[in-house]
Amino acid sequence: MNIPEGLFYTKTHEWARRDGRETCVGITDHAQSELSDVVFIELPKAGRLVKQEDPTAVIESVKAAYDIFAPVSGKVIRVNPEIEKDPALVNKDPYGKGWLFVIEGAEEGDFKHLMDKGSYEVFLKR
Amino acid sequence: MRPLLFEIGSTGRRGTSLPALEFPRKEVSSFLPFHLLRKNPPELPEVSELDVVRHYTSLSKKNFSVDANFYPLGSCTMKYNPKVNEDVVKQIGFLNLHPYQEEETVQGVLELLYNLEKILCEIVGVDEFCLQPAAGAQGEFTGLLIMHAYHSDRGNPRKKILVPDSSHGTNPASAALCGYEVIQVKSNARGRVDLDELRRLLDQNVAGMMLTNPNTLGLFEDEVSEIAKLVHEVEGLLYYDGANLNPLLGMARPGDMGFDIVHLNTHKTFSTPHGGGGPGAGPVGVKKFLSKYLPTPRIVQEKELFRIKHDFPKSVGKLTAFYGNTGVLLRAYAYIRSLGREGLLRTGQHAILNANYLLKGLKTFYEVAYPEMCMHEFVLTATRQKEKGVRALDIAKRLIDFGIHPPTIYFPLIVPEAMMIEPTETESRQTLDHFIEVMKTIAKEVEENPTLFRQAPMSAPVRRLDEVWAARHPVLKWEKKKRDEIPVASYSA
Amino acid sequence: MDYISNTPEDEKIMLDRISLRRMEDICQPIPEALRLKHFRVPSGLSELELKRLFLEKAKKNWNTAEHPSYLGAGSYDHFIPSVVEHIVGRSDFYTSYTPYQAEASQGMLQAIFEYQTMIAELTGLDVSNASLYDGASSSAEAVLMALSIQEGRRKVLVSKTVHPSYRRVIKTYLSAQSVELLEIPYDPLDGRTDLKALETLLVNDVACCVVQNPNFFGGIEEMAKIAEKLHAKGILLISVVYPISLGLLAPPGEYGADIACGEGQSLGNRSLFGGPYLGFFASRKEFVRKMPGRIVGQTHDEKGKRGFVLTLQTREQHIRREKATSNICTNEGLCALTTSVYLATLGKSGVQEIADQNLQKSHYLSQRISKLHGYRLRFRAPFFNEFVIETQKGTSLLEKRLHQRGILGPLPLQEFYPELKGCLLFCVTETRTKGELDELVKVLGL
Repeated sequence: MNIPEGLFYTKTHEWARRDGRETCVGITDHAQSELSDVVFIELPKAGRLVKQEDPTAVIESVKAAYDIFAPVSGKVIRVNPEIEKDPALVNKDPYGKGWLFVIEGAEEGDFKHLMDKGSYEVFLKR
Repeated sequence: MRPLLFEIGSTGRRGTSLPALEFPRKEVSSFLPFHLLRKNPPELPEVSELDVVRHYTSLSKKNFSVDANFYPLGSCTMKYNPKVNEDVVKQIGFLNLHPYQEEETVQGVLELLYNLEKILCEIVGVDEFCLQPAAGAQGEFTGLLIMHAYHSDRGNPRKKILVPDSSHGTNPASAALCGYEVIQVKSNARGRVDLDELRRLLDQNVAGMMLTNPNTLGLFEDEVSEIAKLVHEVEGLLYYDGANLNPLLGMARPGDMGFDIVHLNTHKTFSTPHGGGGPGAGPVGVKKFLSKYLPTPRIVQEKELFRIKHDFPKSVGKLTAFYGNTGVLLRAYAYIRSLGREGLLRTGQHAILNANYLLKGLKTFYEVAYPEMCMHEFVLTATRQKEKGVRALDIAKRLIDFGIHPPTIYFPLIVPEAMMIEPTETESRQTLDHFIEVMKTIAKEVEENPTLFRQAPMSAPVRRLDEVWAARHPVLKWEKKKRDEIPVASYSA
Repeated sequence: MDYISNTPEDEKIMLDRISLRRMEDICQPIPEALRLKHFRVPSGLSELELKRLFLEKAKKNWNTAEHPSYLGAGSYDHFIPSVVEHIVGRSDFYTSYTPYQAEASQGMLQAIFEYQTMIAELTGLDVSNASLYDGASSSAEAVLMALSIQEGRRKVLVSKTVHPSYRRVIKTYLSAQSVELLEIPYDPLDGRTDLKALETLLVNDVACCVVQNPNFFGGIEEMAKIAEKLHAKGILLISVVYPISLGLLAPPGEYGADIACGEGQSLGNRSLFGGPYLGFFASRKEFVRKMPGRIVGQTHDEKGKRGFVLTLQTREQHIRREKATSNICTNEGLCALTTSVYLATLGKSGVQEIADQNLQKSHYLSQRISKLHGYRLRFRAPFFNEFVIETQKGTSLLEKRLHQRGILGPLPLQEFYPELKGCLLFCVTETRTKGELDELVKVLGL
């Protein structure tokens, strides 16, 4: 299971990559493999204000639909236009081309609630 | 596969004719202005009657059905659909009745529907029934609207509905449609509602609880009286999802267990054909104190006459344009009258007997989710098979090769690799023995040749279909330009 | 008569196998206190007795095969070719279940795929679902879908010319939601949606507007004009249509409707005292993920062979539970099959001919009645096969006179619209003969 260093993780299997005021969000390798083939993704509109743990997007496989929760609070400023056309990117490259959306303006405190690689690994083993 | 209707036939071909007009035809333009008219005729098939017959006969053979196959589909009660029920309804005295005919001209049908309401009250143990909802899910919605109206009348519609985690998906969906927040109640280790959890969740904001009994694990909720007491203590209402009524017939009644509102699925308990997915009917019954909220119109008896009465100011309203699915309801009535008291009781008993006989025969080869005496159905879990890389889905597909319809799989959600099996009372011991043999063979195949399952089904008209492709690239109708893109193999019938 | 195959001998073997002594012990899982003591249902009937009972009751009803009927208003007496009921009566279809197991249900799935194609073609819209319960509930589902598309907008407009029962059903579906339902009056001379009144109601938080075409009075609405006004404010148009009329009238897709729905009964299904019917439902491609109900899609198996599956199922209750687009579980599979066989049998030219005959015959009758003393056409709008006649003769007297001659209908409107005292709604389909129409005119003229 691929769990890159340097990202933040949630208990609901989202990852967050912090880059200055911007936080890029996607789902983990574990999540994509549990989901199996992603067939559709409902993304938020850019400009939407979200609070940490708000359901923000929906990912669907053939027989299941999962809410994606915002790992941090802030404003959605970009969504990934490529995955609407090709949802399989989430399966193929969950940490890269399969990113979902970018949130701007997360507070330092938000990240304190998230896990690092090590804690997420332990969390998955439980 | 057979070509589509649109791929056969030829220009100008027709399947029927109409009598000629008996007076001179006038130009359409003398009646209607041009801008209201259709510019191009609809591109419908152009086929002969024989084309139609061959086409659909061929399709009908690419379908499992109760008349041809054993159908142990859990929670769906796929019992035999008696032929006489078709015949008694298929006469012009019922088929050709307009819903707005004067009451005097429809006394026969009104009497039958009225009597159906009465007999359902007796079977279920409630005071009044309304037949209007067109299906179980609409019945649920109706029942919850009644709950909403009742609480609103008392000053507060309340906010929450409790449903067990083993409930049917329609329960939470119907509750949401009524504006309720859905709270799931966990099942305990015995597969029943966890009473401690229930006590914790109940408060003055709970409008009611929805319960299936026997539940979707096929287990009788033996603490139902206590559940009713607890729900009533916070002045909530108890709702009965009638999906699993079959094994209670003649033996126990939801009304006596403390349920206040009930919906039934006539296509399950009362043998009306499933029709490839409808039409069904979802009558709703209530205790006296809720009857004023039932949908309108109602059939009432005034002296010798049956009347259609509309004036019920507290009614929750209407669910369908007229009186519901009369054709389906009449079949249900025919079934109940055929069986009568003794037949209904035997139905309930044999539903339980058949299920337990199967359970006994299968438990050596498959893990049972809750190993105890079941009611009309039970749930196996393919965990042992999964270790060999064979999942419930694979077993389901393999059963198709043996000419048996697969059980319900991956439901209820609380059992991993669930296979929910309901034989119904109409199946014979020989059929059940055959099913046990087939399941035994499959269990052996899992041990000896697990890769075989990737191929299954092998004898169906198609191999396993690519559902991921279908969802990623929705093709929801035939389009002319697509013809060239269809693989050549598709054209062979 | 019950339908249990096992004999007492089987019963004994089976009970033995599960370690029970007597059949009475089978109710063991049910607590003693809950077991039923007295079951007051009459004894069972033999097949012969049952047939007698139903025949006796059927005879008490007047049927539209033997009594000429002028009733329409959402349920129509159309010719049904014999082939339709022969096909639908095949038990491989009617005793099958919802096609969740695609490989064991290719027949029904393909039939529904063809149904979807025909409905899309007839309505001129991109996608159709596999059908809903009936015309009224499909209109309500259309409103719910529009509210979900138009997030934040909480007002719904419904024209008063929409079938009164449909309006009641819409109201019922919305009764537990915080949505404001507003009715658009009709023009008292025209009998169609009052376009001026409509304009005053087009405020920003309106999500959708429901218009029926032809409307309840039979009048053909100016749908293109209505669509234009609505779309200028970002409001969705829900068009409730009578599918038989679409052999002749502009389809919803052509005038810009966003959702088209309605009663499919007229397409090959019997009137059967109100049901089972089917609600057809079509929409634009971009809204497909908000559609209620089942949808069949095309795909292929691993060998590339074409096949069909239920698809986009994540919209539905069995997966999404309380977040589903609708609580609907079943469709009206067999009625949708009926409709497909009917449309295939009639075909491209048949549906045009039926529509034309309805137009011709209803105008033949309306012209003859309105020439009679004491009768006039109430509304001046163009109509399809239903029209409103106002009479000074007293409707109850007329009803009695028609009843004496074994004629069913027309429908008095006062019960639905108190202001339309003395008004009768007539429907004429292709099943009425010239002889019957002339006879009716004679009776009315007495």
